[in-house]
Amino acid sequence: MTATPTHAPAATGDTPEWPPLLDVDGLTVRFQLRDAVVHAVTDLRLAIRPGELLAVVGESGCGKSVLAHALLGLLPGNATVTGRARLHTAAGAVDLLGCGERHLARHVRGRAVGLIPQSPATALTPVRTGRRLLTETLRAHGHSRAAASDAAVRLAADVGLEPADLDRYPHELSGGMAQRLVTALALAPDPPLLLADEPTTGLDRPLVDHTLDLLRRRCDTGAAVLLITHDLAAARRVADTVAVMYASRVVEHAPADALFTAPAHPYAAALLDALPDRAFRPVPGHPPMLTDLPAGCAFAPRCGHRTDACHTQPDLARVATSRVACHHRIGAPT
Amino acid sequence: MSDAGLAARQVTVSYGRQRVLDGVDLHIAPGETVGLRGPSGSGKSTLARVLALLHTPEGGHVSIDGVPIRGARHRVPAAVRTRVAILFQSPRAATDPRLSLADIVAEPLRATGVPAPAVRARTTELADLVGLTPDLLGRRPHAVSDGQLQRACLARALVHRPDYLICDEATAMLDASTQAHVAAVITAYQREHTAGVLLITHDTALMSRWASRGVDLAARPASPARPGSADHRDRALSRRS
Repeated sequence: MTATPTHAPAATGDTPEWPPLLDVDGLTVRFQLRDAVVHAVTDLRLAIRPGELLAVVGESGCGKSVLAHALLGLLPGNATVTGRARLHTAAGAVDLLGCGERHLARHVRGRAVGLIPQSPATALTPVRTGRRLLTETLRAHGHSRAAASDAAVRLAADVGLEPADLDRYPHELSGGMAQRLVTALALAPDPPLLLADEPTTGLDRPLVDHTLDLLRRRCDTGAAVLLITHDLAAARRVADTVAVMYASRVVEHAPADALFTAPAHPYAAALLDALPDRAFRPVPGHPPMLTDLPAGCAFAPRCGHRTDACHTQPDLARVATSRVACHHRIGAPT
Repeated sequence: MSDAGLAARQVTVSYGRQRVLDGVDLHIAPGETVGLRGPSGSGKSTLARVLALLHTPEGGHVSIDGVPIRGARHRVPAAVRTRVAILFQSPRAATDPRLSLADIVAEPLRATGVPAPAVRARTTELADLVGLTPDLLGRRPHAVSDGQLQRACLARALVHRPDYLICDEATAMLDASTQAHVAAVITAYQREHTAGVLLITHDTALMSRWASRGVDLAARPASPARPGSADHRDRALSRRS
């Protein structure tokens, strides 16, 4: 099977023809610090369908990793999460934000929703070899002892690890090998939804492409992947739709082609201009502090298009196949 | 040919029985940006650590402006070791979680006995250069993003005005905007101080945009890949995919 994206039709639509696998509505995450409140995610609305690969991109610190952790109930105690995130599985629909730790632990994490964590070095048990970690995971998900051992080797091969690598301990693995191992661990239970939080960090280009194609193939066989990445080239390669986050909010959610050829939000355009094969020019100014967001559009202080209208928060409005939160979107009739 | 520059001469390094560098030569002239390519596990990071005087090679040596350096780390006089700075891929692994960002930037100055007012002035100057607000300087690593922490690491790397800066995948985990910003800060510093930069990256677009010339570590003739080494396997994989 090739890696050619099979673009989901109008995948950002508000009126889906069939129920999405995951439907996030109004997700808001706040962290209470000693003297401040961090606005990590604000009123986030996303839907992801079976077979869809949704990439969430944005500058570091914009809240994209918090999104993944919120969905899996992995946030620290000082976090307040509101909103809904309905996951539709064969067993029925469940609200990930309201179902409680017990349900998350028994039925969601690793089972219905897999996670490729951001930092493999801290996600692997240091006293277990890769083989032991993989077979343990497979056994916990119903493989027999004999089947688990074969499946471990097969999974390792899928992510580009040789069987011999599995006998190493995490500290004996290079960063890229550890990354491939956590990817294999997340894929082991074959979850219908996979949250991949920066799954290609530390890999060289052929392995990045290999891992991305692996995620793409999952989608082509009906699973869904939420790819959280700062790597725009990666998003372009495999994503059906791309959501650009800025200062805790989604500012543009569009089919990948549309976003990369004609971004409508000034921030999305500026971010693309920072690519080394484009202008290689950083977005002017600095990202705002999530503890002290300006009223209205958070990008306005850095934006060349700003007017007085930007003092009010723009809605994430539907434009053709995209949704854009901007009063002065690029390409809008004036 | 002039001796000016940071050079590795016939550098050989093994970890246990695994030889990762075998007679490697590399030269970085003042003012130039050398891009170092090579697959995962080919020893790029090891070479970076050797050049940054953090690791003593078993064979060969590092020289600065033609003067061979003996030993590594604190065995090298402060005046010499501060001429080379390194920026790592993971700022989290490279910073003390107990220190504020201001202290992270100031630490190399304090370690070499710079008086407190001068430390404060230099820290403020660098924070401004890399775009860290005073509010961020007071925070500890857990309360900032990777991009912000990497900016602090860049400020720390530049604190002694090094003649050579080694960037080991320093922008790999940064978003496009922060990457472009870090690259712009380094390029401006490089122009001002005629500093040499070694750029290690997997990103071909970044490499061709930033480096003035490229060196391929995998293609080194002196070190045939051993069967079963990480180097050999990764290359085999890249041919497959």
